[in-house]
Amino acid sequence: MTKIQTIRFIVKPLVFIASLLPTLWIVGLTVLQPSALGANPVEALLDHFGIWAMWFMLIALAVSPARKLLGWTSLARFRRMLGLFAFFYVLMHFLTWLILDQGLELAPILEDIVRRPFITIGMAAFLLLLAMAVTSFVRVRQRMGRSWQKLHNSVYLVGVLGVWHYWWQVRADFAEPLLYAVILTALLGYRLREQVRKTARRVANA
Amino acid sequence: MLIRKPTDIRPSEITSEENYLNRRAFMQAGLIAGGSLVAPAALSAVVPKTRGAELDNVSTSPLSTDEAPNSYEDITTYNNFYEFGTSKADPFRNAQDFKTRPWTITVDGEAEKTGQFDFDDFMKPFDLEERIYRLRCVEAWSMVVPWVGISLAEVVKFFQPTSKARYVAFETLADPVQMPGVRRRILDWPYREGLTIEEATNELSLLAVGIYGKVIPNQNGAPIRLVVPWKYGFKSIKSIVRISFTEKQPPTSWNMSAPQEYGFYANVNPEVSHPRWSQARERRIGAGLFADKLPTQMFNGYGEQVAHLYKGLDLRRNY
Repeated sequence: MTKIQTIRFIVKPLVFIASLLPTLWIVGLTVLQPSALGANPVEALLDHFGIWAMWFMLIALAVSPARKLLGWTSLARFRRMLGLFAFFYVLMHFLTWLILDQGLELAPILEDIVRRPFITIGMAAFLLLLAMAVTSFVRVRQRMGRSWQKLHNSVYLVGVLGVWHYWWQVRADFAEPLLYAVILTALLGYRLREQVRKTARRVANA
Repeated sequence: MLIRKPTDIRPSEITSEENYLNRRAFMQAGLIAGGSLVAPAALSAVVPKTRGAELDNVSTSPLSTDEAPNSYEDITTYNNFYEFGTSKADPFRNAQDFKTRPWTITVDGEAEKTGQFDFDDFMKPFDLEERIYRLRCVEAWSMVVPWVGISLAEVVKFFQPTSKARYVAFETLADPVQMPGVRRRILDWPYREGLTIEEATNELSLLAVGIYGKVIPNQNGAPIRLVVPWKYGFKSIKSIVRISFTEKQPPTSWNMSAPQEYGFYANVNPEVSHPRWSQARERRIGAGLFADKLPTQMFNGYGEQVAHLYKGLDLRRNY
């Protein structure tokens, strides 16, 4: 088996299953032992999917820096899958809110989107991720040309909106959103530094 | 210019406006109270030191709702008590070894009787009552809790506030050794809350020492906590160590933390929206994963008892 085959047929499926574990775990718990979700199961599901959406977004954003810093070029092969899992967990978070929390009632849903700023920015992040997810197929990517990269660069904005969404939702204890903000700053900061270096090189060569 | 004549009337001798307006009911209450002196007054609130012990001599109250109370487990494992941690499960986990004896309550400010009182002595003059109340959290969830407690109106009367006393302020213990949340400056400790004296002497206001007929668990605010069911839960301050009668409106913790979000009054009001939570509906804890939210009622459904307190007050501004 070549290295590429090993990745494709063994490592990737393993990462796929591992990425699904948080979902299998919480769905299993909800069906088999709902009392384990505590007194407010809707909130427990919302939090669970929201936190995993955050982690997958950070993991997906860590792929490129890790590839360069560690020299693991094959990491690039996981980037799309991890990004799609970030979208998947955001989608589960969104659906939990829409169906279980809001009971699919249109008026309160719209009111929340318009009047609750943390929900407004959460929705914006969700829509951007949705656009990225539906354009993630190779053929769509080829057809879109340069505009694909432009659209997919908004992942950085999604990262900021995601952390901001959580930050605004917290009442007083900012320890957890602060952790995500620090990680995100490091990941985006790394890219900014690379960009500055590249520009400097180009200027020097010109 | 207003020239006052010197007077020898002490502030405490002046009948408050509320008592004046309610003078008939007040005199009637006096007659009843007088009557109870003739009969042997067996009721003296005793709270056992043992955790979870049954409370004796608990009378029922017509103020109780007939809605089904939440399970003991839901009430005692889903708590906002930031001194013991900021997640809902933290207080249950972190308050197990909390010491509620000896416990001292300081009463100070504008009252005839002030001082430091041992909790068990503090309780003695009062009667235990069960009150089953709705509890509405500002986070848009609600429960029904069978509290056991003493009437705050009776407590206020006992300490004889002077006519200068317009507010009652409360403080929670802030012990960094026992309370891990206090080691971090999440809020400006100690936790503080307050009521107007009219709110404090409303018949609904309760100082709770029990749940489901048993000594109140630590995570719910042992040994003694406030319960004001027409206000958002954060007004119902837990583990009280100080009660102060004040002339000025006392500072309150969530209002200090985010004044644009949490007002002094914090009355349950489905019409006044909050930047984080729509207050129009509420999730009833224990109703299950697919239950619809319930419409939130003005004053949490206690308008009959409290609406008159806010006549002429713009509740949109005074949220």
